[in-house]
Amino acid sequence: MTDELFDVRLVVNGAAHDVRVPARRLLSDTLRHDLQLTGTHVGCEHGVCGACTVLVGGAPMRSCLLLTVSMDGAAITTVEGLTEADGALSAVQQAFVDCHGLQCGFCTPGFLTTITAGLRANPDPTEEQARELIGGNLCRCTGYQNIVRSVLRAAELQRERAAT
Amino acid sequence: MKPPPFGYSRPESVADALATLARLGPDGKVLAGGQSLLPILSMRLAAPHHLVDINRLSELGYVRVEGGDVRVGALARHAQVLADLPARAAQPLLGKALRLVAHATIRNRGTTVGSIVHADPSGEMTAVLALLGGTVRVATTAGERDVPARDFFVGPLESAVQPGELAVSATFPVLPPRAGTAFVEVARRNGDYAVCGVGALVELDADGAVSSARTAYLSVSPTPLVLDLTDAIGSEPDFAAAAVAAREQVEPEPDIHASADYRRHLAGVLTERALREAHAEALERSGRD
Repeated sequence: MTDELFDVRLVVNGAAHDVRVPARRLLSDTLRHDLQLTGTHVGCEHGVCGACTVLVGGAPMRSCLLLTVSMDGAAITTVEGLTEADGALSAVQQAFVDCHGLQCGFCTPGFLTTITAGLRANPDPTEEQARELIGGNLCRCTGYQNIVRSVLRAAELQRERAAT
Repeated sequence: MKPPPFGYSRPESVADALATLARLGPDGKVLAGGQSLLPILSMRLAAPHHLVDINRLSELGYVRVEGGDVRVGALARHAQVLADLPARAAQPLLGKALRLVAHATIRNRGTTVGSIVHADPSGEMTAVLALLGGTVRVATTAGERDVPARDFFVGPLESAVQPGELAVSATFPVLPPRAGTAFVEVARRNGDYAVCGVGALVELDADGAVSSARTAYLSVSPTPLVLDLTDAIGSEPDFAAAAVAAREQVEPEPDIHASADYRRHLAGVLTERALREAHAEALERSGRD
């Protein structure tokens, strides 16, 4: 069966991209292969590990569980789009640096996107809420303690930045 | 881990979707949130000929309380239902169960009606529909029919939705007065499919005695199992006796995650826990706590 191709427009990190893809193309593959945005990592490819999490209209979703063709017109934020306008690290990214929230770094893009959205919904999480927030992301270095600290540190940094 | 090739349509209205599904017949497969369908496609456990993407049917993206039911449209995401305070107030079991459906990230895309049509006996919302005696409204170009929960779940991953049909909404009866609910489960990891889970609905009479105690089970039967434990629990109520009755009636299968014996044990423990919680809530809602 020859794949029929579909024209799709995605707005990724504020920039519009037009791609022509078969219906079966996963959003994770479009980001990495068609748009060369390789910050989004692909782990399990069936929605378990969370490494490929991106924000769709601000809400975290698994990009390996979305068909590109179905996302026509969607506004997507990948890990590349999390930095501040001047290129500085976002509060969440800085917190991962401060708290050693990554080891091998493979899972990090999914954590950063998930936590960015989570702190928008709840800017002052308890430690228990921080754990719940990252419950859908796997870190095979098992660096969860420092990732939980990073969530709490990011919330603190956001408050400090908002106050200045 | 890439899906096989398939045709694709993205109708802009329910009428368009129904016409497309009618034309495709057995070749058509509906794509809603896709949080179960996409893994199935990527692992090539299924190869539907043509996907009909209903994500543009915003007319189905509703949650409302009408008459004695909470009605959830086919495009309402789990997260949307979970955030709907009037719906959760009308039937608190919705919120209790939805919190246990996968993770927040999956709930942002997955739909409640889609997970019911997927008919996974490990799915929380299938058990909720079965326990409450809800219905699923199924549409074709010829009209609509309402399928009660007891007729909806045909087998594991098999619902009563036929080729050419679209499930457009599901209803969950609101919680009666002097009643309480609970939903508890044991999973190997937070957000995983439950090794066993139990939903409970306890109703009291005007004197505060138990008039009805029903439970629904995850992961211990091919279709959502509902037990009437009213006689077992008695008017006292005897939660341990109800747990024994539940253990005797479930027929779990062993798999890589748990033995049949362990699942049976969990069914008893969780039955007692769920019934206690539901009973306490029923007392509270009756002004008897």
